[in-house]
Amino acid sequence: MDLGFPLFPEQASTMASRVDALFFFLVAVSVFFVALIFLAIFVFAVKYRRRAEDERPEPIEGKLWLEVAWSVIPFGLTMVMFVWGAIIFFDIYNPPDDALEISIVGRQWMWKAQHPTGQSEINELHVPLGQPVKLMMTSEDVIHDFYLPAFRVKQDVLPGRYTSVWFEATKAGVYQLFCAEYCGTQHSGMIGRVVALEPAQFEKWLSGGATGVSMIDQGASLFKRFGCETCHRAGGTNQGPSLAGLFGKTVKLQGGNTVTADENYIRESILDPRAKIVAGYQPIMPTFKGLVSEEGLLQLIAYIKSLNTAERKTS
Amino acid sequence: MSKVEAFRQHHFEDVEQQHEASWLGMWVFLATEVMFFGGMFACYFVYRHWYLQAFASASNHLDVLLGGINTAVLICSSFTMALAVHSAETARRKPLIAFLLLTIVLGLLFLGIKFYEYHTKFEEHLVPGSSFRFEASLARPAEIFFSFYFAMTGMHAVHMIIGIGLLTALIFKARRGRFSAAYHTPVELTGLYWHFVDIVWIFLFPLLYLVGRHL
Amino acid sequence: MNLSEIERREHYLNVNYGIRSWLFTTDHKRIAWLYLLSVTLFFFIGGLFATLMRIELMTPQGDLVQAETYNKLFTMHGVTMIFFFLVPSIPAVLGNFLVPMMIGARDLAFPRLNLASWYIFIIGGAFTLMAAAAGGVDTGWTFYTPYSSIYSNTHVVLTVVGVFITGFSSILTGLNFIVTIHKMRAPGMTWFRLPLFIWAHYATSIIFVLGTPVIAITLLLVGLERIFRLGIFDPALGGDPVLFQHLFWFYSHPAVYIMILPAMGVVSELIACFSRKRIFGYSVVAFASLGIAVIGFLVWGHHMFVSGQSVHAGMVFSFLSMVVAIPSAIKVFNWTATLYKGSISYDAPMLYALGFIGLFTIGGLTGLFLATLGINVHVHDTYFVVAHFHYIMVGGAVMGYLGGIHFWWPKMTGRTYPEIWARLAALIIFIGFNLTFFPQFVLGYLGMPRRYHVYPPEFQVLNVMSTAGASILAVGYLLPLLYLVWSLRYGAVAGANPWRARGLEWQTPSPPPTENFERTPIVTEGAYAYEKDPEEIYSLGKPAHV
Repeated sequence: MDLGFPLFPEQASTMASRVDALFFFLVAVSVFFVALIFLAIFVFAVKYRRRAEDERPEPIEGKLWLEVAWSVIPFGLTMVMFVWGAIIFFDIYNPPDDALEISIVGRQWMWKAQHPTGQSEINELHVPLGQPVKLMMTSEDVIHDFYLPAFRVKQDVLPGRYTSVWFEATKAGVYQLFCAEYCGTQHSGMIGRVVALEPAQFEKWLSGGATGVSMIDQGASLFKRFGCETCHRAGGTNQGPSLAGLFGKTVKLQGGNTVTADENYIRESILDPRAKIVAGYQPIMPTFKGLVSEEGLLQLIAYIKSLNTAERKTS
Repeated sequence: MSKVEAFRQHHFEDVEQQHEASWLGMWVFLATEVMFFGGMFACYFVYRHWYLQAFASASNHLDVLLGGINTAVLICSSFTMALAVHSAETARRKPLIAFLLLTIVLGLLFLGIKFYEYHTKFEEHLVPGSSFRFEASLARPAEIFFSFYFAMTGMHAVHMIIGIGLLTALIFKARRGRFSAAYHTPVELTGLYWHFVDIVWIFLFPLLYLVGRHL
Repeated sequence: MNLSEIERREHYLNVNYGIRSWLFTTDHKRIAWLYLLSVTLFFFIGGLFATLMRIELMTPQGDLVQAETYNKLFTMHGVTMIFFFLVPSIPAVLGNFLVPMMIGARDLAFPRLNLASWYIFIIGGAFTLMAAAAGGVDTGWTFYTPYSSIYSNTHVVLTVVGVFITGFSSILTGLNFIVTIHKMRAPGMTWFRLPLFIWAHYATSIIFVLGTPVIAITLLLVGLERIFRLGIFDPALGGDPVLFQHLFWFYSHPAVYIMILPAMGVVSELIACFSRKRIFGYSVVAFASLGIAVIGFLVWGHHMFVSGQSVHAGMVFSFLSMVVAIPSAIKVFNWTATLYKGSISYDAPMLYALGFIGLFTIGGLTGLFLATLGINVHVHDTYFVVAHFHYIMVGGAVMGYLGGIHFWWPKMTGRTYPEIWARLAALIIFIGFNLTFFPQFVLGYLGMPRRYHVYPPEFQVLNVMSTAGASILAVGYLLPLLYLVWSLRYGAVAGANPWRARGLEWQTPSPPPTENFERTPIVTEGAYAYEKDPEEIYSLGKPAHV
């Protein structure tokens, strides 16, 4: 039946049908209990309607077995919902290793995306079908939220930190992108499109248009420009550790604590170098706050990540 | 009607009930105060965990001697307050007024020292805002530390001022012979409040002044 | 009982006249009226903001108001409705009036503190209205940082000061109720003979005293950050905006239980009276109220599943949110079971109570959708959430409030309201409500985010349906305003117990004397002893000396 307007969102990702299946389970349970209660109320209200002013119904205190039954059964149902939902949630937050990484920077009131090849987009994101895509996101100002209804994914985008979300598009098309965390005057204008293309078409789109320098290469040139090489050479120096093989490693800090070298750690080390000092080094790294943009930080991180494979290649 | 009956409010059955209700009321109120300060303490602990080095360094800029003197002053004031309550219980009006006065004096001394400390922090450019200056690499979390310092000790000082106000009101009432061995609930309850404010400081002092002093 | 008898008898309304006797009263019943007038005013102010919003949302474009104005409208709607209507409504109006009466006391434990609570409420409300008049605030009622602490150019400080002040009104009311219920029950009124309305208000008061101080300090810190640039939530200083969310929701989740538990208490009274039966599973319902209050403090993170909070924290909060649903479900089943073999009448209060059960069931079940992690990711911050909480707050709490107002109106005023109009209004409200908010579930799952001033055109039809419903709902709310006021002058005179109910409040004249009971009751039966005569459940003790 075509009403002329949608009642249910499209399913355009691998996650969508899973989320919808759980949703329909909850709808079924809800419809059951709503019908049960409404029916019981209706039947009782009619069947036991007051027929005489001085009626005195027999007092019924309660029945323990009933209380137990209607506690345990609903609890069991909610546990099914919880476990099922937790499994999906865990998968939403665990991107596959071979995900294509795209950087997103949100700011009042627009979305900026950059592909690893260097291609940039504003309020639009082209992605290939059948390929997991992981978005590494940050905000330049307030909290935003990257929401793709057709893919059933959403993630708050925070200032001062990276958050990420992943999806795998299954259906070619153009889909809504909404900001879903109130962020000021043009919050409802901070929208865009995600364009899912067949892989061949996606490659064509990537290579067409302005030939961008890849994110890794842009990161490499920033690395040179800011003089990072002075202290962070291959093999390390007295001043700073080597960054080859750093990403994903567990780093030992001064004071005994350890930290995993993820995107947030690298970003913090560039902006706030003395927050965490690596064991065995002096706190002499200067801060680059104000000198490098959020996009620049993402490019530097892409470069530093690439040093892992470079190291494996050379060793 | 007995002297004590004169103080019974109309909606209570007897003085017992009134007294019990007042006590329960004050304890419930103190529970709300624990939650109020607790919110700030919770935030403080989160940031201290993240930025221990900056917090330690910032803490070292606080004057431990003055903070320690203030701690002693407050503990003494709790002692004088307890003596005031005891005087009320034993219906000795002059000592009651004297100990209330002493408690006020000690409280004012505490506030005086506190505001002197605030003044020196201002001179040292340690007040958060545009004039804040600190060693560059730790400046940002240190500014957070000082935000907590002023917010927490400031909120504590507000409670002390209110306490001093209550004590002053008690002195006026005591002078008019309002309290007796049978009825001195306001003195007891103010004592509870004063001890609570003291205890908050007992937590604030080590958390703010003694971070990393053993390092 | 005729009019002249009422006028001759002294009661709390005619014992003295004049504005001073009202503004300086310490009688809990008069204070309840002061609150009634205030919350009604705030309800219609909040409703006005909602009306403008729904008119704007009839079209996908922003053609009625500018974006910034719209953002101020939804913010002010939320702040007004939550802090100045929903939180105080039942406790400060019905609770203030009835808690002493239901336990056989002459007043609350601290009557002057009660009056102070009202003045604090008014001062807080004045600050907030000033903020609105000065141009409004646009942060959303949730005040998320860093938008509220740094970026917004609107009257944030004025608004948070207003909410901060009003919070103390809640705290003091809760304190008063706790002490009263503990210490001032009439002889024979043991804990398990208390009406469930009292249990509900006791549980609510626990949340009042433990939760409200946390929002107070949170908003204070935001205010300080704005005024003095103390960088507690400022990411530029290494502060954490998500920490604000934890602090904010630590109160604001229990706050929703503040808003619903009293309504559940009302519903228990109504179901019992209009079925002429004891509530099925009385002690289970009593413990369920306490359970909701306690567990309600442990689930705040379910507002933050996509905030950057850890996956493991998300799992804990999701699990606990499922747990907290169970006591509410238990109550729904117990109320329904009470109807079984009862003697049921369809008076307006009962219609509201039955409507509550139905709509609360829908609202509560949709809460499970939100507690389910995998679904939450999709529907968080969409109209699904908006629909969910309006089902609970409006379909639940407001209907509970209206049901209670109608039920106790004869006790409070000595007058009855016109029953036909009341039933008609209840029906109109039920229909209007569902038409307004059910389409929003669909909109939410489709992906329409909340707080949107403009939206894609394919969402329009559902939005128009919602606005149509809202106009019906508005009519439904205006009717009681009109006929209840009318009844003050022209309503039939009510006796002490027009509903033939069993609570202690019905064993004293309508309107009651200032000291509530001419003689202190001595209770010998539990609540809802409908199988006995009213005279069998209490005896007269000594005269209530003033």
